[in-house]
Amino acid sequence: MDSQLLTALEVVVGVPAVLVGYIWLTERIVTLVPPKWQKRVRPWFWLGPALGFLGFFLIYPTIGTIIRSFQSRNVRNPEWVGLANYKWFFTNDAAVQALLNNALWLVMLTVFTVGLGLVIAVLVDRVRYEAWAKSIIFLPLAISMVAAGVIWKFMYDFRPPGQPQTGTLNAAIGAVGINPVAWLQSPTFGVSTFALIAIMIWMWTGFAMVIISAAVKGIDPELLEAARLDGAGEWQIFRKVTFPLLGPTLAVVSTTMVITSLKTFDIVYTLTNGNYDTEVIANLMIKQMSFNDFGRASAVAVVLLLAIIPVMAFNIRQFRAQESIR
Amino acid sequence: MTSQRSAPVAPPPPLLEPMPVPELEPAGTAVRVEPRPSVLKRLVAILGSGAARVFIIVVGLFWLFPTLGLAVASLRTAADNSATGWWTALTAPSQLTLDNYAALLGNERITGSLWNTVLIAVPSTVLVLVLGALGAYALAWLDFRGRDVVFVLAVALTIVPVQVALIPDAAVFRALGIFGDIPAVIAFHVAFGLPFAVFLLRNYFLGLPEDMIEAARADGASEFTVFRRVALPFAWPALGSLALFQFLWVWNDLLVALVFGFNNPPITYAIREQTRAFASNIDVIAPGALVSMAVPLILFFTFQRYFLRSMLDGALK
Repeated sequence: MDSQLLTALEVVVGVPAVLVGYIWLTERIVTLVPPKWQKRVRPWFWLGPALGFLGFFLIYPTIGTIIRSFQSRNVRNPEWVGLANYKWFFTNDAAVQALLNNALWLVMLTVFTVGLGLVIAVLVDRVRYEAWAKSIIFLPLAISMVAAGVIWKFMYDFRPPGQPQTGTLNAAIGAVGINPVAWLQSPTFGVSTFALIAIMIWMWTGFAMVIISAAVKGIDPELLEAARLDGAGEWQIFRKVTFPLLGPTLAVVSTTMVITSLKTFDIVYTLTNGNYDTEVIANLMIKQMSFNDFGRASAVAVVLLLAIIPVMAFNIRQFRAQESIR
Repeated sequence: MTSQRSAPVAPPPPLLEPMPVPELEPAGTAVRVEPRPSVLKRLVAILGSGAARVFIIVVGLFWLFPTLGLAVASLRTAADNSATGWWTALTAPSQLTLDNYAALLGNERITGSLWNTVLIAVPSTVLVLVLGALGAYALAWLDFRGRDVVFVLAVALTIVPVQVALIPDAAVFRALGIFGDIPAVIAFHVAFGLPFAVFLLRNYFLGLPEDMIEAARADGASEFTVFRRVALPFAWPALGSLALFQFLWVWNDLLVALVFGFNNPPITYAIREQTRAFASNIDVIAPGALVSMAVPLILFFTFQRYFLRSMLDGALK
């Protein structure tokens, strides 16, 4: 408790004091410098702390991980092993399964969140209590994946057949005479992974809905009116006018979901830790790290980075294109 | 006429809606009257609008249901929860009790972890905001060599997933003597929050009219005064949404705390500890999860507007 009090003091007094002190001190230094130099010095003082954090805790470690991925597991004196860690990754059963599962995550999570989000965004426009519906669907995104995991643990709870089911889903299917399913401990490939994906669909549909809904509202109503006057039905209008206009937005939302599914970790770690055929890349990385095999763990991290880079680059381009329109 | 208006259940159009003004057309032009929709079409419209309503209500209830279940379960004793489902409490409300919450208050592991979460989330947010704003202003309005290189670097760094930095950062923190402690978790969150903060705020600052900056400078205001009195008030919406986004990001984080914060674990870590594949401590994780959700939910309902914006902006992270 004492160390917490000390930390609290550091936080409440220390952080602001250091920040104010830094700004005050550097501004003093700048005024002491000859005017010609002031313009050159100040920007680096202002950028300094940010660049320091980035350099020490982000750039240097990233380079370190890339180098480490070509070295052996030995912690003290790692040896160069060339591509051995990558070879392990692409030939080892657990890793191949992780890749397969991540592919499953990518397709299912993206299709369901974007699809559902689109349908809800278009339909919610026609409902009076729109704001309420939106809030409820959006809420899960605000909570942690650990909390979401706990919530759904109660949904998926499983007891052997014959015992009273305490899980909501198993009780529901039991009511219509179906045998209970061990959703999170299923021996059938895919079932448990789908159960985990469903949780993330529950969390992220609201995100897709909100962004798509903003785009739907941005469509010029005259355009839709013109199409109606030309005798187009609602479905035709959606397919030929609304949908194409939503293209760029759907692209941004989809890429965000692709990145989310590639990074998936918390839910898997909390509920199954990769057991029952639910392994994913991010969880595998932490596992190798906990085995102290830093060479392999680094290789897994680099694979993740390489998978994310193209998607992220595309996303940034889209984002900048949108910024320039705004 | 939209399909919605033709449906009898829809509210009447507002009184102030402009009446359509008939346009004068040259004599001899065929008068075009919008054909009255057929009975079938109107029926489809009514059903369609009704179906949309039912669909949204069903989806909304379905979305609320899991959380409701947990809320009810958190108010039942462990014995009740392992004997029957939470819904039995709906017909037998006498089961409900606040015992779990009382026990939670006495559980130092949990209360301590909540406190840790605050100690991690608040400084991480403050540092990202202040350092991000300072750097972003320099990139937007101070002229210097290497400006574009720094900005491109910041944008490029938004790509890096946290996993890539974990192993070497453990060595860095060990060397600094903070491995496993709160400062390490904060430093890591700040480093990974900054690229996006700089990217977002720099773009926002650029929206400031150049005349305003120049006028302030001509009045003899120091650069820091321009930053504080002109740029910061202007960027208020972006700062608000960034603060919210960063705070929730850290509040909800598990991975970074898992690797760097094991001596002072935040709430996500503490709940995860109690979660096991089969027999979990239901009486701890159910109220614990709800308490951990309270802060994000309060923020969500208080700052809904910022929240939506932060999600739109944060689509990148």
